[in-house]
Amino acid sequence: MSETVESVSALIIQKLLANPKVPRDIDGNCKIMEDLAFDSLAVMNFVMEVEDSLDVSVPLDKLADIRSINDLAACIVDLKNKG
Amino acid sequence: MTSLFAKYQGIASALGAVVAAGGRNPFAVVIEKPVSSTVGIIEGRHTLLFGTNNYLGLSQSERAIKAAQDAAGACGVGTTGSRIANGTQSLHRRLEHKIAAFFHRRDAMVFSTGYQANLGMISALAGKDDYLLLDADSHASIYDGSRLSSAQVIRFRHNDPDDLYKRIKRLDAPDSAKLVVVEGIYSMTGNVAPVKEFAAVKKETGAYLLVDEAHSFGVLGEHGRGAAEADGVEADVDFVVGTFSKSLGTVGGYCVSDHPELELVRLNCRPYMFTASLPPEIIAATAAALEEMQERPELRLRLMENAARLHAGFVRIGLNASKQVSPVIAVTLETVEQAIPMWNRLLELGVYVNLSLPPATPDSRPLLRCSVMATHTPQQIDDAIEIFRQAAQETGATAAPAPLVAS
Repeated sequence: MSETVESVSALIIQKLLANPKVPRDIDGNCKIMEDLAFDSLAVMNFVMEVEDSLDVSVPLDKLADIRSINDLAACIVDLKNKG
Repeated sequence: MTSLFAKYQGIASALGAVVAAGGRNPFAVVIEKPVSSTVGIIEGRHTLLFGTNNYLGLSQSERAIKAAQDAAGACGVGTTGSRIANGTQSLHRRLEHKIAAFFHRRDAMVFSTGYQANLGMISALAGKDDYLLLDADSHASIYDGSRLSSAQVIRFRHNDPDDLYKRIKRLDAPDSAKLVVVEGIYSMTGNVAPVKEFAAVKKETGAYLLVDEAHSFGVLGEHGRGAAEADGVEADVDFVVGTFSKSLGTVGGYCVSDHPELELVRLNCRPYMFTASLPPEIIAATAAALEEMQERPELRLRLMENAARLHAGFVRIGLNASKQVSPVIAVTLETVEQAIPMWNRLLELGVYVNLSLPPATPDSRPLLRCSVMATHTPQQIDDAIEIFRQAAQETGATAAPAPLVAS
């Protein structure tokens, strides 16, 4: 199955909404740390969950460039295509 | 123009809130005078020290103090140079031989701090084409080492060898070198790593294994060699990193290994090469403390008895203490609003512990982190438990649900 940025982004949003503290009106352009009030540890832990859902590993150095949900989705799609 | 300090606004308001909630800055506590290994003067009061990592009490070792005095008299108070230039005296090599012999390893490198030992070894070992696999709850020095390296860095779930195995397999990179990094005892929670199971994963996947025994050296294992000794898998550990600033009571770090290339790592390890070496008095005191630790195994037994006593006391008064009994015992509270008044009240009543706030804690809840010493008396431990009970009651810091079975 091939994922697209849109499909991965939708999956990320679905996972985020499972956390009751996350605002209900998020979209792919939301910035993970600023708009969702995630600290650095929360981001790393959340990415770990996404990794397991999509069977992919996101190296920590890649996380430094990720701001929005769509950035994370694009990074994951890129990693999956390389694999 | 943007201020350089604009990014500090968040931490400034967080610190302001912490001080407003408790009356003092928990990160600026001054020990005005150490009275003994277990008691210090803080705010003019005799205060029981339950947060110093001084597990065997050797910071006050008479033998180490005398060794430091003699070394300063004979060699001066500093080396003024790096280990690879003029900063290696015969004392430094002797200590490396001693540490290597203690661990039954081929060689040792001594660093100026434990932080630099992790920073140096991890960054020197893991290069651009390699993978670093870090436990999610790793110490900052391990994360910082991974940032200084150019390796691809993958986190695995805390103390979970199956998750490590899954993530190594997922990499699908059989030709890349992989370095797995775990800690013997985790400094915030006191959790002990299942080193035996990690060693099995290492062997099956062909990875290398580095164990940071900073908090388990002098604490676990029949001879105090740490979690790998306790699990009987030292031969499967490629690199042991540790510090002198816990059980040995001084400062400095080390790495021991059987890999002959350790000699070459000295020339490719920036935190080793570009800093001044430890001064002679510290090297001499460390060697003396190591001898004392080896000659007095009863210190380790007393330490574990004391840890069990404090842990049982916390469970008895309904606090949510660490699951495993180790000399690091963390009391988890539900909210920062509970933790700050409780920590302040403990200090006022005469007990110093470490206040750990998220995100420096593993699961977004605050911790009151205690470390136990071999030199604590049973009375001091009982006094500390009573003060915890009183502080929790007075500040309304309702404990999180206590474990059902006291371990």
